[in-house]
Amino acid sequence: MDSKKIKIAKLYWKKNLQYLFILLSIWALASFGAGIIWKEWLDQFYLYGFPLGFWFAQQGSIYIFVVLIFVYVRLMNRLDDSILENLDNTNN
Amino acid sequence: MSVQLWTYIIIGLTFALYIFIAIKSRANSTKEFYIAGGDVSPLANGMATAADWMSAASFISMAGIIAFSGYDGSVYLMGWTGGYVLLALLLAPYLRKFGKFTVPDFIGDRYYSQSARIVAVLCALIVSFTYVAGQMRGVGIVFSRFLEVDINTGVYIGMAIVLFYAVLGGMKGITYTQVAQYCVLIFAFMVPAFYISFQMTGNPIPQLGMGSTLNDGSGQYLLEKLNGLSKELGFSAYTQGNRPIIDILAITFALMVGTAGLPHVIVRFFTVKRMRDARKSVGLALLFIALLYATAPAISVFSKMNLIETVSNKPYNKMPKWFKNWEKTGLIEFTDKNNDGTIQYLADNNKNELRIDNDIMVLANPEIAQLPAWVIALVAAGGLAAALSTAAGLLLVISTSVSNDLVKKVINPTISEKNELWTARISASVAVLIAGYFGIHPPGFVAAVVALAFGLAAASLFPAIVLGIFSKRVNKPGAISGMVVGILFMLYYMIKFKLGWFGEIPPKGDWWFGISPEGFGTVAMMMNFIVSISVSYLTSKPPKEIVEMVERIRVPEGF
Repeated sequence: MDSKKIKIAKLYWKKNLQYLFILLSIWALASFGAGIIWKEWLDQFYLYGFPLGFWFAQQGSIYIFVVLIFVYVRLMNRLDDSILENLDNTNN
Repeated sequence: MSVQLWTYIIIGLTFALYIFIAIKSRANSTKEFYIAGGDVSPLANGMATAADWMSAASFISMAGIIAFSGYDGSVYLMGWTGGYVLLALLLAPYLRKFGKFTVPDFIGDRYYSQSARIVAVLCALIVSFTYVAGQMRGVGIVFSRFLEVDINTGVYIGMAIVLFYAVLGGMKGITYTQVAQYCVLIFAFMVPAFYISFQMTGNPIPQLGMGSTLNDGSGQYLLEKLNGLSKELGFSAYTQGNRPIIDILAITFALMVGTAGLPHVIVRFFTVKRMRDARKSVGLALLFIALLYATAPAISVFSKMNLIETVSNKPYNKMPKWFKNWEKTGLIEFTDKNNDGTIQYLADNNKNELRIDNDIMVLANPEIAQLPAWVIALVAAGGLAAALSTAAGLLLVISTSVSNDLVKKVINPTISEKNELWTARISASVAVLIAGYFGIHPPGFVAAVVALAFGLAAASLFPAIVLGIFSKRVNKPGAISGMVVGILFMLYYMIKFKLGWFGEIPPKGDWWFGISPEGFGTVAMMMNFIVSISVSYLTSKPPKEIVEMVERIRVPEGF
């Protein structure tokens, strides 16, 4: 790989790690946080008939997981396209 | 038409479909046998993954387990779905880019070592065999319950069918049968759920019905009423747990990481074309899985409520027909301890007169809710689809481990394509026979161990793969020592605290950090990470071509 290419690859990876950090934090907050650690406290609030902490543990966290993956898919597709385009420009 | 006739018709039709698909999609090369040629669409792969993943336990037992454990059952819901986030973000796209056939392929190449490859193969085999043994038993039980044959005959029928399409079609065959099996199982799971939700709450969507008010004009919330009833009978409130928080955290985490480290799940993402397809495919797989997993806790609530209202303090001779039916199978047992002819269902073991098997919550649901006969038959077909698809996926991983990872990569590298394909087919057949043996003669520890397969996967394979992608510094001695330490610690803890092979099983008070064997995978995984990283930094860097390989798998195709 030439130096320009190495630089793009490095930036790409750094950006990816940033996405990972943010999305995995939400992953942990929804399940270990809202569903377990703060469950007791959240249970004082209600979502229809659901105590909120219980809802996170048995429903909410699952929905959040699905959304997280699709957000990542979108972010990475965009990032992939942009570096491939960048590479084309370098070659021309 | 009777339930029995409907069952024969629906099961017969679905099996004909699976076999038709298997014949249509025979594998002709090792690439087709191992990874279905590598050009499965993300959508088909997502459905196949969902069927592969959801076993008889998810379909039949999970809702029941949650019904009887309330909030504590959340560990399975979060654990078995949250792992897919790790899979999409940390593993699947990079393993797809790496582009070979198996997990041991990756570990062997990345850590430039045959020993690492062999350790990975052993870990994969231990994990897959513990898992598949339970599945074949599940196939037998489902057959016996719905076709009224004995369990062993059920296991033989299941073996014959799996043998047929896994050996003939390889990954290509099972992928497309799993797509069909997903459709059958999700339809079978949702139909009764819609019915019952509508009956109890007036809202047909079970996820909403669970949080709605009852349909009886009282205006009371379902969960509120269930909490009240549970407390009256001496149980803790349904939405409250009994397990300590530290253990809930450890179990949930171990199940998540274990899910992401299971070889038969990972290998599914080798079958799509590009990195971006792998990511999208994990997302679709989780969406399909979530459909069942978000419905299961609702079924738990409905059926627990139905059960308490039907049996608690009601005279035994007034029980509905389904109660007597399931009593015959031994799934419900009533002993009239105080001879008053009335059923006492209580938390206090000395006074409780009713023993109910977990599985009944899903199996008897259609009868309890008085749904038509074809729905009951559909549930039978769904249970079989769930059990067969998982068994086939596991058997394929086992046969690939033998033919590709051991024979081709270690014992006889010059083997021809044709002979390798034969080796794969023969090892798949042998694996079916071994799994069938365990199904017919289940060792007492199988049930206890299946849940621990996750701990084993978390402790051994997950760290080696993640470090192989995210670190350029972790090297051969680091990865090998990490995997060995991780899996040995997990095995030790499980043998000591779960199986009791070292003499008596110690009391819960002796658990390390208050963590149960089911959650210990979390601790063993951390040990693996610590050992891998420390040993790597104390020894020399990996060679230049390995660093280049890591750089290559991190960037998208065409870069």
